[in-house]
Amino acid sequence: MAISRRNFVVRSTVAGAGLLVGLRFSGPMLLSQESEKAKKKGPVNPFDAYIHVHPDGNISLIVAKSEMGQGIKTGLAMILAEEADVDFNAVSVEQAETRPDIYEHMGTGGSGSTMENFMPLRRAGASVRELMITAAAQKWNVPKTECEAKQAIVRHTKSSRHATYGELVDAASKLPLPDPEKVPLKNESQFDLIGHATPRVDIPSKVNGSAGFGLDVRVPEMVFAVVARCPTFGGKPLHFDASKAKAVPGVRDIFEIPALGKDMYTAGGIVVVADSTWAAMKGREALQIDWDRGPAASESSAILRQSLRTAASKPGKRIRNDGNVDEALPSSAKRVEAVYEFPHLAHATMEPMNITVHARAGEAEVWAPTQSPDWVQRTVAKLLDLPSQKVIVHTTLLGGGFGRRYMADYPAEAAQIAKVVGKPVQLVWSREDDMTHDFYRPAACHRMRGAVNQAGHPLLWSHTITSTSIGAFWGSPDKLEESEVGGAKQMPYTIRNVRLEYSAVPSSVPPLWWRSVEHSFNGFAVECFIDELAAAAGRDPVEFRRGLLVKPANWKPKDEDDPDPARLRGVLDLAAEKVGWSKPLPKGKGRGIASYHSFGSYIAEAAEVTVTGKDFKIDRIIAAIDCGQVVNPESVRAQAESAIIYGLSAALKNEITIKDGAVEQSNFDGYDPIRIDEAPPIEVHILKSKEDPGGMGEPALPPAAPAVANAIFAASGQRLRRLPFQLKT
Amino acid sequence: MAPIQLLINNSPHEVEVDPDTPLLWVLRDKLNMTGTKYGCGMGLCGACTVHLDGQAVRSCQTAVSSVASKKITTIEGLSVDNSHPLQKAWIAEQVPQCGYCQPGQIMSAAALLAKTSRPSDQQIDSAMGGNLCRCGMYQRIRRAIHRAAGEGA
Repeated sequence: MAISRRNFVVRSTVAGAGLLVGLRFSGPMLLSQESEKAKKKGPVNPFDAYIHVHPDGNISLIVAKSEMGQGIKTGLAMILAEEADVDFNAVSVEQAETRPDIYEHMGTGGSGSTMENFMPLRRAGASVRELMITAAAQKWNVPKTECEAKQAIVRHTKSSRHATYGELVDAASKLPLPDPEKVPLKNESQFDLIGHATPRVDIPSKVNGSAGFGLDVRVPEMVFAVVARCPTFGGKPLHFDASKAKAVPGVRDIFEIPALGKDMYTAGGIVVVADSTWAAMKGREALQIDWDRGPAASESSAILRQSLRTAASKPGKRIRNDGNVDEALPSSAKRVEAVYEFPHLAHATMEPMNITVHARAGEAEVWAPTQSPDWVQRTVAKLLDLPSQKVIVHTTLLGGGFGRRYMADYPAEAAQIAKVVGKPVQLVWSREDDMTHDFYRPAACHRMRGAVNQAGHPLLWSHTITSTSIGAFWGSPDKLEESEVGGAKQMPYTIRNVRLEYSAVPSSVPPLWWRSVEHSFNGFAVECFIDELAAAAGRDPVEFRRGLLVKPANWKPKDEDDPDPARLRGVLDLAAEKVGWSKPLPKGKGRGIASYHSFGSYIAEAAEVTVTGKDFKIDRIIAAIDCGQVVNPESVRAQAESAIIYGLSAALKNEITIKDGAVEQSNFDGYDPIRIDEAPPIEVHILKSKEDPGGMGEPALPPAAPAVANAIFAASGQRLRRLPFQLKT
Repeated sequence: MAPIQLLINNSPHEVEVDPDTPLLWVLRDKLNMTGTKYGCGMGLCGACTVHLDGQAVRSCQTAVSSVASKKITTIEGLSVDNSHPLQKAWIAEQVPQCGYCQPGQIMSAAALLAKTSRPSDQQIDSAMGGNLCRCGMYQRIRRAIHRAAGEGA
């Protein structure tokens, strides 16, 4: 396999059939010598994906990106087809097999799939086109500059000759690679696919029941398993009586599996294996188990809330400190203080956690709805005492991910079970298992302090965040704030004195990234508090924000997450224009706005609400988006609608509470997401942009709740500072 | 366990299961008809919706013994080629994201349109209120139902 100078693209023939181009999406680029050395040392290969141009001219993109509804298989095919200059339908995206020796980076998350892949895929696609043009030019013995590629055909107009990519692929595969950094890319005006709404390739199978999710895996001889886990975190079975459970028709086996610690975080428990899911569930119901409820049996949300409030009133680790927030204020200054509170939240994907594992002699096969197939592979291999390469992981469609399906807990349990069972076994989590043994969005309390002067200008911004820490959970004591302060640290408004502090509060409730991670609460705190300052200043919330979004002539981002004030102002203006910000509303109605940057995208949302006593209704949401260059506008719109509804479910209704060490909600009765009659109409507007693509899976979420809270204030004068919202009469 | 005769999508099936077994698990685990989804097991999310003699029911709450004499329709029986007006409308409006809830959504919508050929927004709310979509595609679902109704589902 020849490796090019910058090690960006490699090409080779695969078994004499077609052209193979390897490309790399992330991480440092290796020099070829280093890579050659690394190859000799062990199974290291710098590529994340391969493009295979087949002799029939069709192209496969082999990539490890999980499809969980974001439309990534469509978006990636569009980018590649665009630059390779082939028909969109000629490109198929195949799920890569789990081979860390070939595919280095396999995770799907952080809204990153388009952001990371856009330029590498364009360059790789353009390299394919360039190779085809070169092969044709050599074949006809004409200058390359006289040849043109379009729709998988290279033409030499002067001599009226043409050849298809399929006819050229053999010759192309023997050519040296073009330098990927210099290969000519199309300019925007030449785009036929990028930026044009394209129907998603995964949708037809999703309207007739044929789409294969994890729970739909059916393997000959397979059996089904459920696990009875201790309701409290850290508890375990003392002893159990399985006699009644064994009498349930269809139940085959009952045994205990131990809890697993670091990196897996399983609860352990009593496994019931049966011929069907239902028999396994009935068997579990018939188990009699005495639990040792463990060290966290007295934890409660009420106590945690007090701990968070106490911590928020004390100094924390200083994250940002501009000017001096303690400097003396003029006596005429208006002071504003607010405390915002956020509960634990469950991911509650529609498809509960599940996985199918078949442990055989010396190897294993896994079918997993996962965001991290390589982690599944490592976990299963470790527990089955197999080398990683002896574990094949098939990534199925995911019935929702939202961060939850990054985890390796359910794969670890399934490996423990498969080792005993010896047959293919599908581990099924019931909805109750899923809700009571999730990894939860941290609970948090934010204390904000600010002041405005008589002229209505803010003098200070002091923000103290306390939360249960994702960093603490992963055992990084020096990085407790790592997944807790983003967006608050980059608070974009120009205020001379700014301070951000963070402190973690211990809890036995396992925390995790939940759609948009810390931005789900930091966006609320920042965008509600700026609204509170605007009100204290007696200024219009849009005008107030605009005045503070100042981009100096020599502006440079302080870090990669630092927002460009002009782009933030751009979406703020667009949302205000589209909602008709200055038009008066009747009494009882209100309008609110929030603008926020996360995952590389800028999104402002405006909400209109009607408040009647203790009730309110969201009349509509307008979203204005600058996510840089857009690949598939249809996917951008759909992701925005989705993230807004997901965020509003948390704002309006959802809360996970702990009592006696256990989660109190167990199904959609206690944790009921927004339903069709509660879902407001959403209007999405996309700004034209030439900037690099930003993410879209998450960033429309953070502005939704504060826009609604600010609208409720405008309508009723009530500030909602605790989620989920509860109005007073 | 006496065998139970079922008529699913116009095909006869015979299963030997505990008569209390929910239809959902008979479809999924015994007959490998996995289009009908498990979401909550309590009739709260609608992912398991099928038709019994044309009525939308939650198959997770329906004992298999109670449906022996009824005509059962699942998502696989709606059409063989995505030609049902609702399937066409679902594609045209690009409704699904993760797609897991969509078989249940479509079956609820099909039962609605069979009774009410031109449903109002309120009628859609009440017929579809039992179907959760965690990807939040509700306004697309609403549009798709109106579109299919316009095309005479």
